[in-house]
Formats: sequence, structure tokens, C-alpha cells
Amino acid sequence: MSHVRVLVGTKKGAFILTSDGQRKEWKIEGPLFAGWEIYHLKGSPVNPDRLYASQSSGWFGQVVQRSDDGGRTWATPDGSALPAMDAPPTGRCNRFLYQGEVGTHKWYDGTQHPWEFKRVWHFEPSLTDADTVYAGVEDAGLFKSTDGGVSWQELPGLRATKGALWQPGAGGMCLHTILLDPRDERRIFVAISAAGAFRTDDGGATWKPINRGLKSPYELPDPDAEVGHCVHRIARHASRPDTLFMQKHWDVLRSDNAGDDWREVSGNLPTDFGFPIDVHAHEPETIYVVPITSDSLHYPPEGKLRVYRSRTGGGEWEPLARGLPQQDCYVNVLRDAMAVDALDECGVYFGTTGGQVYASPDGGDSWQAIARDLPAVYSVEVQTLPS
Amino acid sequence: MSIIIRVVLPYHLRNLARVVGDELPLDVAESPVTLGAVLDALETRYPALRGTIRDHDSLKRRPFVRFYACKEDLSHEPPDTLLPEAIVDGAEPFLIVGAMAGG
Repeated sequence: MSHVRVLVGTKKGAFILTSDGQRKEWKIEGPLFAGWEIYHLKGSPVNPDRLYASQSSGWFGQVVQRSDDGGRTWATPDGSALPAMDAPPTGRCNRFLYQGEVGTHKWYDGTQHPWEFKRVWHFEPSLTDADTVYAGVEDAGLFKSTDGGVSWQELPGLRATKGALWQPGAGGMCLHTILLDPRDERRIFVAISAAGAFRTDDGGATWKPINRGLKSPYELPDPDAEVGHCVHRIARHASRPDTLFMQKHWDVLRSDNAGDDWREVSGNLPTDFGFPIDVHAHEPETIYVVPITSDSLHYPPEGKLRVYRSRTGGGEWEPLARGLPQQDCYVNVLRDAMAVDALDECGVYFGTTGGQVYASPDGGDSWQAIARDLPAVYSVEVQTLPS
Repeated sequence: MSIIIRVVLPYHLRNLARVVGDELPLDVAESPVTLGAVLDALETRYPALRGTIRDHDSLKRRPFVRFYACKEDLSHEPPDTLLPEAIVDGAEPFLIVGAMAGG
């Protein structure tokens, strides 16, 4: 029987939760990298024992960690954590150097501000090569490693796409979403807060904004601007790479032409503000969001934590509440904190800023807390593994 | 000439560098012993610390990292600052500290 491994990044370390295919009994390991902020962990689809972790600190900056045994042991990818000098490490695996003229982006007050690297928000391992991995960083940029995270090179064409007009959202100016096209990995989608969504069809050399149809009347002077939108998350099903689902600051949208055009599918959601969005592993038109009250009130409406599911690719939504707190719940669910497994009955997972991780082994019909008292959860990823 | 000084790292950097114990002996191998020479030697011996104390390229100190020596704050001193004799002869440790921040 297959089993699952849930990778949880939190404000004070990482945790690995494992269970068999029943997903009823869970084992929690951690904290790993205790005391550090772990924005994201993700495994390679090519080699699931190859995991990448983004470890950072307001004091000591960015550290990249890698495991080659499914999370049992970790090291910085160039081996530099080892004091042994027989194989001198390079100490460059946490060096994210913007290429060329660094330039400026828009600051909160509308002035221009120089690009400054702060942290890695998201790792996206290649679909075809375990040593290739992409990193989405703050200040927003996309980096690529082809040597297992030992060294990083920026794909600077992205920032050349009207980067001077990008601006930080409340959480910083971060590149938080990276989607690789399973048909052709030269096609990459990224999303940035607050710049919008972008696509490359040539492996990152050139990019185009894909924000037509997004409307931001309360955030931008021109609500239909080509860039500047606060996209919170994009998801897609591997079988339909041109169909994208977006949770924007406000609004849930979909595109059926690889982002060239978007249309709103918020439908009957109680509020269309939120952060994560994800797609069922086997049903490409079944999607999940977690409505949050508003941009000023980052907690669920009425203190009731509810996931909403649409089986029609948006427009018509149903609340999923069984097993979730339905009173006095004032947590948030962050953009990278939802994931699905690929078991026959798709499991859905999400983590909260209150330190709970919830799992549904039945596509969202019912939920249980598989961890209750972790630090604030930043990210959740799931690996479906053979026994 | 080999000059061994004593260096104290903050908890998280000790773990990252896999240093056992509260302080480490560091061969600076350079005279005079300056602030910059100590940081260079530390990053050469423990490359995992590169980027965590100062920027990889500009070598600018990270804002929440402080350097103390013999009850003096050297955080804002230039890299060619000479360290006190008590640091050089090992009587006192050179302290790299995470600044107090937060509650």
C-alpha cells in the first residue's frame, strides 16, 4: 500500500508527518532546523527522497538545506555544514545574486527601491531531473540550480518584464508560485505579490505578463493594469497544463489558455479573499480554496474554518466543514499551506497560522487535525510514496 | 605565523557550522589580527557561515549581527580595525552575537 509524507514548514522549524494509505494514524518528526523559519520544503518528483528546504532567519539570512534520504539527514547542498576540510566546500549554496543591472522596483510609498535578496519562499524541483530545482525569492526573482542546489543562477529576463512597476505586498515582494509544464519544462508559470502572473515559453529567457482579466480596483490606480496585481496563488492539474486556477488578493479566477485570459469564478463563495488554491489529484475540475474574511481581517468568516470545494472548476462552491472548528476560529491559511496527495481517494491537507495541520482522506468531505500545536504553518507539501 | 583566537558564535550558527561547545579556536594565520581577517578566517574554516554573518558579495554585516570584544561593540567598525591584544593572545573571546530584537 502507498503511504504519504507531509512536509510542513513553520515559523520555528520543519516537521515531517507520515502515515499509511489510510491516513488515520500519523507520526510527527521534528522540529528540524529548530528555531529557524522554514518557508518551504519540497521533494523531487524524480527522486522523492531528494528534499529541498528553505531555512531562513531575520538574524542570519538564508540557508539552503537538502536531504537525499527522505528527510532523515540534511546538509547544505555543497556539504559546507561539515567542518571536515578534505573536500573543501564552496559556501555558495545560499548565494542568490541578481544578474546584471539590479535596478529598482516600486516601494510601499510609491518611490523606487533597489532589489535586495531576502529569502527563498518556494522551491520547485524539476519534473525530469532531480538535480534541477527552481527557487522563487524575495525580492521577487526566479533562480535555477542544475547541481542539486549547490549554486544558483538567476533567470533575469523575468525582472526585465516591467519589474520597475512591481511592488511589495504586505508580506514582502515575493515570488511564491512556480508551475512547470509537464509537456515542456521550458514553459514555466510564476506568480508574484504584488506583480501578478508571468509565463515563459523558452526556459526563462523571455517572459510575458499574463494578467488580462484580473481586476484590482482597490489596489491599483488602473484596475486592469498589465502588472501590479496581488496574485496569491496559482494551481493547475497536470493533465490540463493550460487550465490555471488563481486565488488573487480578492477574486478566484480561471484561465483556459495558459494565462492569456482570465475570468472570475468566485461564484457563491462567502468571500473571495484568500490565499491557497489547489486542484484535486484525479478530477481536474475539482478545486479547493479557504475563504478568508477580508484583506483587513485575515481569519475565516464568522470564526468558522471552512474549505470550499467546486466540482465545476469554479462558479459553484460547497462548504466543507466536517471535522473543522466551527466556532471561535481566527487562524489564517497561508498561500503555500495547502496540498493534495495522489492516492486513489485524493487526500487534501492544509496548515494554519495557529499551528494545526488538517487532513482529509476523502477529498474534503471530512477532516481531522493531524498536528495541533505546531508553530505557525507557512507551507504544506505532500508526497505520495510507494511502500 | 599561526594565531589562534577564541570565537563565540550564537546558538543557531554553532548548529549550522556543527561546532561543538560554546566557543571555537580559530586560526587567523595573519598579523595584524583585524576584524575582517577574523571573519575571513571564520568563513574559510566554516563555509556554511558565508552569507549568515555578512553579505556574500558586499561583505556588509547583516543588520542583526553584532561583534563584541573586551566589552566593546565593534559592530560598526571597519574591517581593518585591529582587535584588542586580549583577543589576539586568547585571554578573551571574540563574540559574534545575534542582536536583541523582538520581545
